[in-house]
Amino acid sequence: MGTAEVELDGRPGESLRASSISRSFHGVQALRGVSLELRRGEVLGLIGPNGAGKSTLVNVLSGFDRPTRGRVHLGGRDITRWRAGRRGRNGLARTFQHSHAFRGLSVRENVAVSALGNGASQRDASRRAEELLELLGLAPYADVPAATLAHGDERRLGVARALATEPHYVLLDEPAAGLPEAEVPDFAAVVRSVRDEHGAGVLLIDHNMALIMDVCDRIQVLDQGETLAVGTPDEIRANLDVAAAYLGESAVTEE
Amino acid sequence: MTVTWQTLADALSLGGIYALMAVGIGLVFGVLRLVNFAYGQLIMAGAYAIAYASVWGWPSWAGILLCFGVVLALSVLLDRLVFRPLRTHSPAVMLVATFAIAFLLQSIAVLSFGQLGTVASTLGPLNQPWDIGGVEIRKIAIVSIVIAAVCLALLQLLLTRTSVGLQMRAAAMDFRTARMLGVRANRVIGGAVLISGLLAAISAFMLTARNPQVTPIFALDDTIIVLAGVVLGGLNRPIPATLGGFTIGFASGILGGGLPTNQSQYLPTFLFGAVILVLLVRPNGLFARGGSEERL
Repeated sequence: MGTAEVELDGRPGESLRASSISRSFHGVQALRGVSLELRRGEVLGLIGPNGAGKSTLVNVLSGFDRPTRGRVHLGGRDITRWRAGRRGRNGLARTFQHSHAFRGLSVRENVAVSALGNGASQRDASRRAEELLELLGLAPYADVPAATLAHGDERRLGVARALATEPHYVLLDEPAAGLPEAEVPDFAAVVRSVRDEHGAGVLLIDHNMALIMDVCDRIQVLDQGETLAVGTPDEIRANLDVAAAYLGESAVTEE
Repeated sequence: MTVTWQTLADALSLGGIYALMAVGIGLVFGVLRLVNFAYGQLIMAGAYAIAYASVWGWPSWAGILLCFGVVLALSVLLDRLVFRPLRTHSPAVMLVATFAIAFLLQSIAVLSFGQLGTVASTLGPLNQPWDIGGVEIRKIAIVSIVIAAVCLALLQLLLTRTSVGLQMRAAAMDFRTARMLGVRANRVIGGAVLISGLLAAISAFMLTARNPQVTPIFALDDTIIVLAGVVLGGLNRPIPATLGGFTIGFASGILGGGLPTNQSQYLPTFLFGAVILVLLVRPNGLFARGGSEERL
């Protein structure tokens, strides 16, 4: 199948790009020459079995890890050596699989601090926090400490916090894990609104194939640290290699 | 052991001062994961400022201003010359650096001002008693209880209601994530160091009023006791650290005032023995909630 090109409107050249990234931990190759391009205004799914290197790639993109080899570019600038904070201030946000919520702060404060860090005034920060908590269905928990949230809510708090920085690119690491199945369509709508209303590029890692197939413009499949396939959801669905590496052996179903 | 009203007021005021020192140490620990062992020497420098202003015949308010100027200037220098360059190094490196600074400042004091010390006589009137309903209580006891309460209330407002306070709390909980979200490290660390310096200056004023004999080891014992108090309360949250500082200050005030003179030399033994016992039972500190915090 090769690299499928999807027509995207506007902003040619505006992308977050990883080129030939390799990363090894004590001799174990987590990534071997993986390239990825996330454009503004698209949702790119990143799937693969556990241990395929998805989170390592997100760590490299967001500056939480340095690649052993390869470069990362943000809108044409080489940011490989930038720290996470500098990337954050330049329009890159992420969520985490394991909660990195400020556990002692309230849910509202967690989101507000993120907006403040991005230069919002105190008034704007609290307004943005209200809006995002509403958008993600967390408004009822605004004043409780983040430590008391259920797992799924904690993930959505991570998303709200990432969005509060008004990012150009947002990397969502399993944001829908722990979300009740009935709430997945609402979450898909959130992801679409981030793409359509804010024109952000969204990198979405998730094991929920229904969500991935529903919301992604393109999908990249990783397996054992290498790119197995890149394509539209239809192409990926049709690709037998992918089925063997991922869909076949995992318990998730598409329907 | 008898506890008089004067002892109680003294213990409350010592508790208040130690609470402020605990917050000063705890704030910097929160954002830097650094126990600043030079904190006592900042206070000592402020105390010398008051003492020398008094020797030069300056009015007491001018001495207090000089104390704030000296302590804040030293705090900012410490931040710029030591904390910022070493911030990304291991905590052990920073810890040793603060030890070095503590000894440096102490040696400067010995060389410049001598071992014997200088008396801050302008604050003498604060040691006069007030007659409150027939009970005589030293003015400085009342003054320091009020000042400590006001400072802690203002600090609570600052941490919960202001933008920089919120960012400081977030950074204290998870520095790396806070930075990822755009929180400026230098801003929160600079803010914490500055507030910590302000609290050191205020503590210097109150400790000097309690004990006007300023020597190069001024506030050294107090700082060690406060450090124990901070650990006792729980290091990484301001409120437990404050309560820990207050508790140990209050306890040492009561024991110091209540014990017969021939036994008061054992005071530190009692205090530190109690701290060890508490930590054996509650390793996260007396006032910490929940499990241990993730360390980065």
